[in-house]
Amino acid sequence: MDMTQPKPIRRLDADTKLVPLPRGFHIPDSLPQDELPTTQESASFITAARDERPLVPTIDRMRIEQVSIDYANKRAVREVSLPVRQGEVLGLIGPSGCGKTTLLRSLNRLTELTKAAHLSGRITLDGTDISELEPTALRRRVTMLFQQPNPFPMSVFDNVAYVLREQAKRKPRRGALRPQVEEALAHAGLLDEVKDDLDHPALRLSGGQQQRLCIARALAARPEVLLLDEPCSALDPQSTKLIEDLIVRLREELAIVIVTHNLQQAHRIADHVAFMYLGELVEYAPAQRLFANPKQDRTREYVSGAFG
Amino acid sequence: MSATGAPIHLPADAPAWRLRDRLGLAFAWLTGLLFCAVCAAIVVFLVVQGVRYLRPDMLWTNPKVGFNQNETGGFLAEIIGTVLVTGTALVIAVPVGVGVAVWLTEYGRPRGLARVVESTVEMFAGAPSIVLALFGVIVFQAPFLAFLSATTQGHAYGKSFFAAGAILSLLALPIVVANVREGLRAIPDHVREASYALGKTKITTIRRVLLPAARPSVITGTMIGAGHVIGDTAIIVLLLGDTYTLQAVGHIPLLGALRGTDSTLTSFIYANAPTGDLNQPQKAYAAAVVLLAMVFLLNIVVDISGRKARELKWT
Repeated sequence: MDMTQPKPIRRLDADTKLVPLPRGFHIPDSLPQDELPTTQESASFITAARDERPLVPTIDRMRIEQVSIDYANKRAVREVSLPVRQGEVLGLIGPSGCGKTTLLRSLNRLTELTKAAHLSGRITLDGTDISELEPTALRRRVTMLFQQPNPFPMSVFDNVAYVLREQAKRKPRRGALRPQVEEALAHAGLLDEVKDDLDHPALRLSGGQQQRLCIARALAARPEVLLLDEPCSALDPQSTKLIEDLIVRLREELAIVIVTHNLQQAHRIADHVAFMYLGELVEYAPAQRLFANPKQDRTREYVSGAFG
Repeated sequence: MSATGAPIHLPADAPAWRLRDRLGLAFAWLTGLLFCAVCAAIVVFLVVQGVRYLRPDMLWTNPKVGFNQNETGGFLAEIIGTVLVTGTALVIAVPVGVGVAVWLTEYGRPRGLARVVESTVEMFAGAPSIVLALFGVIVFQAPFLAFLSATTQGHAYGKSFFAAGAILSLLALPIVVANVREGLRAIPDHVREASYALGKTKITTIRRVLLPAARPSVITGTMIGAGHVIGDTAIIVLLLGDTYTLQAVGHIPLLGALRGTDSTLTSFIYANAPTGDLNQPQKAYAAAVVLLAMVFLLNIVVDISGRKARELKWT
């Protein structure tokens, strides 16, 4: 047995029984004890093989073309070009302040809420320049999940129903929305945990459940692109695992971009990884290639933990 | 050892607390206890005196003319007056206060105007109520506002629930604004952004997410504001007419009452205090204990809504 190639952490789930898993998720019957990697080995995650997962046909949905973003007196993003594809997870990595979150937020024009931000270059969604789209319409198609779980201070049901209703309208009423709400919750793998009490206050759920509710809420808008800004950094390992599995599953039907500080996480779930440094795109490559064999020195230093 | 610096020597007999610190601690204890003692003395005095003179029938009889304090009835009209004038003031202060707070926190542009609005609200918070009352007297005697009060020979009387409520609302307004602003500021920005990221507009976000989230603060502000309104006397004496019973104007039920004059518990206490025009201390004590109970109830509501607000937390 080859001890240098431990199962990646994504497969480790000693206490699965405690947390209900999303629908359709298959738990390996057992993991032999000797297959569990030790702490030392898991640090060498770069050499670890990833889970086999179904190959999904990829479709270009968004293109970032020569995009630069300036704040009042600082250039946050410098001439970055990247494709965003349905069928794969794009991971944005890099040290703090390298512009990855700014780039992510520019994809649904959330950067515009910061008055001083100025964008040059072009971002397209299915060939249309996003600056020509209505921001509210764009943000339903390209929605975002945040670092901190932020359900609205209302019931689980109302959190999802809020998205389904047009702006501030109270109609359609509850009964009419129930199937759609339940579908969104099931989609995010939360329905089984909350179906008995959909009126439960969302802020009384656990952190991991709150974040999955936020995913359900985002999915209710039937988005085409899902942006994730360090969605697991406030969560415990088990919740992180549930959400990572969900992300990998969701990439089959929508394009996913994830910003993460956690290189293991990027390695576990991303198909392509873009490494950014000081606002520049240093390297963009398939995840396994970028981690195992980075072409650029700065990438090599970063993924081996030399800085950042 | 020498490279890391000399070890610090504390004298073995060094006192744990210096004298100045000990005096400070003693002073803090003393003032704290003194404050409690003064507060307790007032409450105990009022409750003992009040309960001694308060008879249940005072709560449902109006003041009337009599030869001694056993014959002069109760203060039903004053309780009604207190509730009605506080209600009128809050009906004005709460929507305006919430609107101002939302505009200041969520929009606040242009900056200059926001600053002007802010200092105006603060000015109301600091203005003596008698000054506001004097201003109200002039305003509500203006012919175009005559419909809000009684009119004699074409001259507006200028005293009514409308007049008193409107000016009293200026006392509650700064408190409502301050509390709602605090409630809105406590909502992290990413919650707003989450709503925008779902394609919602700013106004939808305010109506459906931010205001419901700030509801405990709205309630707290309303109740503390109500406490200030209930306790004010100057505006009542000058603008509510200070008649001992409710004198409605016209025959439309609620509207007539609101155009009419009355007293409240505070102005009743003012008139019946040993130094007042009527000098019926028993009535004053009885009314005082009822007023105290009302304010106490408001404080309980504030406490409960505060606890609710603390439950609502984003990580």
